[in-house]
Formats: sequence, structure tokens, C-alpha cells
Amino acid sequence: MKRRDVIKGGLVLMATSTLASIYKPAYSKTYVGGSGAWRATPPPPLSVVDGSRLVYLTADEARLVGAIFDVLIPADELGMGATEAGCVTFLDHQLAGPYGTAAKDYKLGPVVEGLPQQGPQSIMTPAEIYRKGLAEFEQAVHAKFDKSFTDLSEEQKIAFLKSIESGAIAFDTLKSDQFFVLLLQNVREGYLADPMYGGNRDMVGWKLVGFPGAIYDYRDWIVSKRGKKIDIHPISLLGRA
Amino acid sequence: MNYKRPKADVVIIGLGWSGSTMAEELTRAGLKVVAIERGAWRDTSTSFPTTRDPDELSGSVRKEILQAPVTETYTVRNKVGQTALPMRKYHNLTLGNNVGGAGTHWAGASWRWLPFDHQPYSHVMQRYGAGQLVDGLILQDWGVTYDDLEPFYDRFEKIAGTSGTAGVVNGQRQPGGNPFEGSRTAPYPTPALERSRANVLFAEAATRLGYHPFPVPSAMIGAPYKNALGLNLAPCTYCGYCQLYGCGNWSKSSPNICILPVLMQRPNFTVVTECEVIRINTTPDRKMATGVTFVDSDGNIGEQPADIVITATFTLDNTRLLLLSGISTPYDVASGQGVVGRAFTFQTLSWGFMFFENEYLNPFMNTGALATQIDDFNGDNFDHTGLGFIGGAGIQSLSNQGLPIGMAGLLPQGSPQWGKGWKQAFQKGYQNYAQIQGQGTSFAHREQFLDLDPTYKDRFGQPLLRITFDYNENDRRSGRFIRDKCVEIAREMGATQVGGDSFADRPYSGYTPWDSSHVQGGVVMGEDPRTSVQNRYQQNWDIPNLFVLGASSFPNNAGYNPTVAVGATTLWTATAIKDLYLKNPGPLVRL
Repeated sequence: MKRRDVIKGGLVLMATSTLASIYKPAYSKTYVGGSGAWRATPPPPLSVVDGSRLVYLTADEARLVGAIFDVLIPADELGMGATEAGCVTFLDHQLAGPYGTAAKDYKLGPVVEGLPQQGPQSIMTPAEIYRKGLAEFEQAVHAKFDKSFTDLSEEQKIAFLKSIESGAIAFDTLKSDQFFVLLLQNVREGYLADPMYGGNRDMVGWKLVGFPGAIYDYRDWIVSKRGKKIDIHPISLLGRA
Repeated sequence: MNYKRPKADVVIIGLGWSGSTMAEELTRAGLKVVAIERGAWRDTSTSFPTTRDPDELSGSVRKEILQAPVTETYTVRNKVGQTALPMRKYHNLTLGNNVGGAGTHWAGASWRWLPFDHQPYSHVMQRYGAGQLVDGLILQDWGVTYDDLEPFYDRFEKIAGTSGTAGVVNGQRQPGGNPFEGSRTAPYPTPALERSRANVLFAEAATRLGYHPFPVPSAMIGAPYKNALGLNLAPCTYCGYCQLYGCGNWSKSSPNICILPVLMQRPNFTVVTECEVIRINTTPDRKMATGVTFVDSDGNIGEQPADIVITATFTLDNTRLLLLSGISTPYDVASGQGVVGRAFTFQTLSWGFMFFENEYLNPFMNTGALATQIDDFNGDNFDHTGLGFIGGAGIQSLSNQGLPIGMAGLLPQGSPQWGKGWKQAFQKGYQNYAQIQGQGTSFAHREQFLDLDPTYKDRFGQPLLRITFDYNENDRRSGRFIRDKCVEIAREMGATQVGGDSFADRPYSGYTPWDSSHVQGGVVMGEDPRTSVQNRYQQNWDIPNLFVLGASSFPNNAGYNPTVAVGATTLWTATAIKDLYLKNPGPLVRL
């Protein structure tokens, strides 16, 4: 085929698909048996988040989150603390993405508070909750100590977080105990999710419990290692150690 | 812009397990079939590669494979008089969002239900009498028996490649299998999986207590297998990324690996994806279905005319679609009359949670359905005289959980949930936590039902489905009974810390951790049009060319997972359509 024909053919194809998308949209997602064209669109490639700059949190918010996270998961002989493990970077990127905007939630009204068993009814997103929650958290610290959370002693930090966890210290508008649940869930996610999301540096969280990571075949071990200790260096999806 | 597609012989709404099973049968019979699926096209090798699937955050935590509440959700209340509110976030009902439906990401427990489960009314009346039933309980037979369904159970297992150890073949007890199961004409297509450490401890303890442990039949393929449609399935590798994940290993039975590759070779099969059916169309006199109306991915309204309409959506959505289409009489809780939305059931879960001292349970080596079970307290396998309830549960050691984010809160009692103490407790708890699930029966009740919500709408402005459900007294009594059995076995296993729980002791919630995703009923099959929407062939009593498939047809839930029972009843109906309906279109049951 001549080069010009290829180009012409390409133009015809483009024109056809444009028309199809205007006039017969469903046909573009119709799969007919025997046509051979039934491969799915591959999912987008995996990538490692770029932790060199913040994408949602402000610098002050990031410092505060880091100080809280390091109390929830501190550095000790079992491994590094949450901030060093990348949990703030993890959270920052989560809040900037579909998790942060609660893109999957049902948000139509009316918004009415119900019984506990009916589940959360608020349509605030995690990104909004963090923005407001961190501000109210810091206000509550100032009200009690007249300084910032980052300036408290370790004992004061632990005691204050216990009061938030129990709801004994209340925020202005948000429920302090619910904000604590969110902080704890997210720091654990950061510490234990695949390192490509920005946390779990050196797979520190996986090494803590002996979780092997993204291994896809245990047939050799399901019987031979039953009830026995397995020593293995974990594997992450993008090969980051 | 509105448009009309060319007429088909059959339109199938939803291409999950029941839709694709039906499509395979009817296209093989030469019919022109169009399936309309709300989710996107997915094929195993492209969409679920093992090089990206082992990712707990996107899988189990963010649940990216599921249909999101933003697309459609349900409103819930415990009883009449309360205001139902929408489940705004991901909840326990795990709907599929792709071709293959929930069959792509399911956990894979692959049960034939007991003969009792198909005829509970006859069994209970014969053995105990009506005095055994708590007030308001609805109990009825399906109109189809285990013996009727046995060939179709067998066929579905051979499509799925189900792994397991047979307990009763042609009336003969088999060593190592479930002695209580209905008699089989053939053993499982592939052998049972290897057991986890927790499974072994459970089996030893249960045996010491005089019970009869056996491997739970599973969608995780036990050996290389060519299925009934000629497709090659591969053995499971125990990777632990199972429930809420696709399987790129070709080793978890799903429509995507067991059926769709065959369907896609047939020119008389078409699937229209990312299109949501909003209505079943009928003739003005509502005597015949004429096709369906759908909204496509660009918001246009399409119509698919067909001679036969088959609804194969998620259980709850089958009920909703009938209500939105004005088909058959809605249930009225005040009078107890009407059928659509009636006989809705859930599942009664009880648990034993335990910690050992110095175990290496290696929980990451698992599958979605790696479980060892006893059925000594399931169905009517034990004498209920004086117990005040019917039913029971399959009690199982379930090794389906080893991913660290999900286990980070599973700590021995009294452990801190954060700080240095958490790290120590988590390190120990991760290897020493085990669980026993009592997966219980659920029987319908007069006050449990489905209808359209008066307030909340979907993104197209159509009413959401409203669930009115709370556990009834039968559930509470059986739940506590089963919880105590779970705890008894956990203690016998040698655990140092044991806790028990019966979910039925608290109000129903769609968010309870470790709860079931199994809902049934609403469009039940039966023997009497006053108490069922469809006859024994899952054919609508009023509209003979409308068939509704799935667990929505079941007027009660067993102490099992529903998928294989859904597969068997689908194949039973497919055979009725091919052998009876096509030759003489009209009602297959005349009263």
C-alpha cells in the first residue's frame, strides 16, 4: 500500500469513529461474537507517586499530619515511623485523587442524619474533612496548651490524641472521634499499601508482620510451610525495595 | 437522541453468571441473543494481569472493581415507620461493575444447596409442624426440588471447574466429603485445594468433638481442567488476592474465563456494554414483554426489542426493574398481599474470633474460599425440637484474609490500636489470628420487604430501591445457637483468646464488618401466583415471555453462598425455554 493510501485510510477511520461517537454512541461499546474484536482497553500503566512536592496539603498541614502520624506509628526498633515511611506523601496524593473527592459516593440529597446502622450520611469529602479537621485539631491544641501540636512533648501528644480518639476533646464542628478514625485508617494504609503509592518505604510495614507483598504463587509452600515461619524478602509491584 | 436497535430473539439484562450462562445455552440453540450490560467490557488477560492485580489498596480497600454507590445505591431502614436513608459509601453488597458481574470478583464458595433448602416448607411441616415457626415467618417451597436440579448443578460445576471432595455420590457416602449433602451423580470436576494451617486445626478440633469436617467446594480450580465448554482453566496458586479482585491466573471460575471466550466466537451473540436498562417494555395490556429501554454511556435512550426478555441483574435490581416497569403486583406490607418485593431475605452471620500464642498461620497463603466446614448444624441436619427456630449455619474455618491493611485492627483483646504497642501487637496478631464463620440461613418474614423509595433517586431520576429489613426472632435464636458452636470449636482448637458474636443480636446494617453480601428474594419462584412472582421455571406468572434469573428467585436463604444454586436454576430455566417454551410459547405452568 502506498503511503498516501495509508494516510487516506487513517483519515477515513478517524472520520468514521467521530461520526459514530456523535450518532450511534452505544455502537462503539458493542461487542459482536465472531468479530474477533473483543480485547479490553488495557488499564493505565502503574506509576510511583512523586513525593518531591505536595499536591493537596499545605506545608503547614503536612507538618501537622506528619506529627500526628508519627505518634500513631512511631519509629522504634521494629521499624521507621510513619513520616519517614512516606505516609504523609501517601495521604497527600490520596487526597488529591478520587479518594479525596469521594468520587464514588452517592451524594444526592436530602442529606439527613440517621441511625448509626444506616451508615454515614455526610457528603463531605476526605479532602474537605482533612482541610477542616486539621484546622479544628490545631485550634483544640491551642485552646488546651496555647501552642502548636508539633511543639508538644511526646507524652502530651499521646494524651491529646487519646482525648481526640475518645471524643473527650471536641472540635468546633466536626466530630473529633470520627476524624481520629480517618487519621488512623489512612496512616495504616500508607504504612502497609504498596510502596508505589508513596508510603511503606523499603516495605517497612510488610517486614513488620512478615507479609511477602505482591507474590502471586504459594503452591510450593501451602503444604511445606504450613504452620512454619517463612523468611522472605517482600516484593512490591514496581520493584521498589 | 433516541434510537432503536434491530430486534433480537432474546434480550438479556446483565451479563454476570446467570446472564452469560443463559446466553451460552440460547446462542448454542441458534437464537439471536443481545445482552445489555451496565458495566464495561473486561477480558481476563488484559484487565487483570498478575503483574498489577496484587494491590490491596486499589482492591480490598478502595474496592475499585465494584459498582460504586454514585452509580446506584439502596436506601435502608429496619422497619416500617422509619425513614430509609441511602447507603452513600461502599457497603456490604458487592456488585460487579463489568462484564462478568460480581462473578469476576467473588470469593468463590461453590455450594449446591441442601434438598431441604429447596423445599423448606414441606420438610418443616412434616418433621415439626407449624408450631416450629416464629410469628410472621414466611416459608414456602420453590416448586423445583434438589432432584430436579441435580443435573443442572452437575452441569454448572463442569462449566465452573468447581473443586471439592464429594460426600455422597449415587447415594453412597464418600470419605472426606460432606455426609449431609444431597446425592450427586458425579464427584467434583477438580480435587479440593490444599488446606491452610487454620483449616487443619479446625478439622482436628471438629473431629474430636464428633463433627464431620470437609473442604468447602470452591471456584478456585484444583487442577488443570478443560471445562464443559472446552476452555482451559488453571490450578489456583493461593495468592491471596481473590475476593474483590479479578483472577489473571485463569484459576478462579468466572463468566470471564469459563463462558465469555466461547460466547465471543458466536456471531449470533452481541453484548452492548456501559448501557443501563431502565425499563422492561410491555404491550399495553401487560400480557407480553416487547423488549427493554436503556440509557447508553452518552445519555442517549436506546430500545432493544426482543421476543423473550430475560432479567439477570443483581438480585435487588431484578426487583427494582419489575417495580419500575409496573410488572406484577407490588407487595403491600399492610395487607400482606402482592408479590414483587416480598420474601426478601439476607443471611444470619455468627462468628468465633480467636488468637493463638505462637502459631505461624501464614494468612497470606489463601484463596477467597479456602475453608473447611461442618454441616452438622446446617439446614435441617439436626433435630430442632425444642430449639424454637428452624435452619442453622454452615460453620467454617475461613482462610480468606491475609492482606495487612485489612488485618491491622485485628489484635488480641486489650491491645493498643496505635503507637508502639500497636506495632508489637500487630506483629504478633498477624500470625496468630483465626476466625470461624457461621454462615446462617435466613427465612422470609412478613415485615421484611423491598419497594421503591419515596424520596431518593438515581442519576436518571428514577427511585432507588428501598430495603426494609431487620433480623427476626428465628434469626436471633439460630444466630446465638450457632455462635456458641463457633466458640466451642475455637476453644477446642487451642486458641488462648476466643470471642463470639451473633450479628442478629443488633439491628441490621449494610456496613457491619465481616457481614454477608448475600441477599435473596423479591421476585421469587413458587407454586402459587399469590405468593410468588414466577412459576417453577422462573417464568413470570402474568407475562410468559419474561424470565427473571438469580437469587431473587429464592424465597429463603441457605447456610451457604448462592452462586452455584443460581447457576443451576439458570440452566434449569434455559432447558425449559429450549425444550418447552420455544416449541409452544406461552405459560409453562397452567393452574
